[in-house]
Amino acid sequence: MKSAVIVFPASNCDRDAADALAKITGRDPLMVWHEETTLPPVDFVVIPGGFSYGDYLRSGAIAARSPIVQDIVRKAGNGLPVAGFCNGFQILTESGLLPGALMRNKGLRFVCRPQKLKIINKTSMFTKAYKDQTEITVPIAHFDGNYFADGETLNRLKKNGQIVFKYDGNPNGSVNDIAGICNEAGNVLGMMPHPERAVDPMHGGTDGIPFFKSVLESLR
Amino acid sequence: MKAIIHIGLKPGVLDPQGRTIARSLAHMGFDQVTAARQGKTIELDLKGDDQAAAEIQVKDMCEKLLANTVIEDYRFEIVGQD
Repeated sequence: MKSAVIVFPASNCDRDAADALAKITGRDPLMVWHEETTLPPVDFVVIPGGFSYGDYLRSGAIAARSPIVQDIVRKAGNGLPVAGFCNGFQILTESGLLPGALMRNKGLRFVCRPQKLKIINKTSMFTKAYKDQTEITVPIAHFDGNYFADGETLNRLKKNGQIVFKYDGNPNGSVNDIAGICNEAGNVLGMMPHPERAVDPMHGGTDGIPFFKSVLESLR
Repeated sequence: MKAIIHIGLKPGVLDPQGRTIARSLAHMGFDQVTAARQGKTIELDLKGDDQAAAEIQVKDMCEKLLANTVIEDYRFEIVGQD
């Protein structure tokens, strides 16, 4: 599986994502700079966490209008698998690939800790390798993780199985405890928690490994 | 010309920063305050003097970048450069 990690000014989890992809797919991902206009041919794209453009205007807003994201939007529309973690999730909602928005945490604090999650959609291309596991623990580290969508959108997400992860113990005020969602087609996922930071016992946990294995298995 | 754009959270969207501001003002003894909403102002310098064209462009800018209309409302005025 060939993968790519998009790098924006002030991305800071791009190396973590690259390490996780290299470890689980067995191939180093391409690191693609945000000013590129065309994504090289790859099977999977990760939009990493960080503070792209210093979170100016709104978290993810400027990155979502960068040249490379326009090409990702086009290719995701044709089925290319894309996952965004943390700032990557914010960029995906700002780009319109995922519905809703991520607002300032309800408690007005940056939250940084291991977080228990419930897997709501166990058959998605990002979760199928979790098999019987229904709860995982992965790190969260964000200021703007308070997911918001209107009632109609929430109904649609629920009906289509687009709610992939929920928090067990809501850390940020997200509506319906939502931690991660996918698009209707199921090939684009965004989540505030960081599976790429839970792929080695040295990280304090390995619950992120099946996430990447799921994608790998789905593409075989 | 200048465009002065105000962007704020939509009514009904929880604004924890506004709520904290209101609470702080109440603690300080400003007992008339019942609620606060926090937003931001963006000022743009615009060339030319076609006000109608500017209004169309600024609206487009708000829709495409400056506001996230899922959670935010915006309003703006175009003013002369005096």
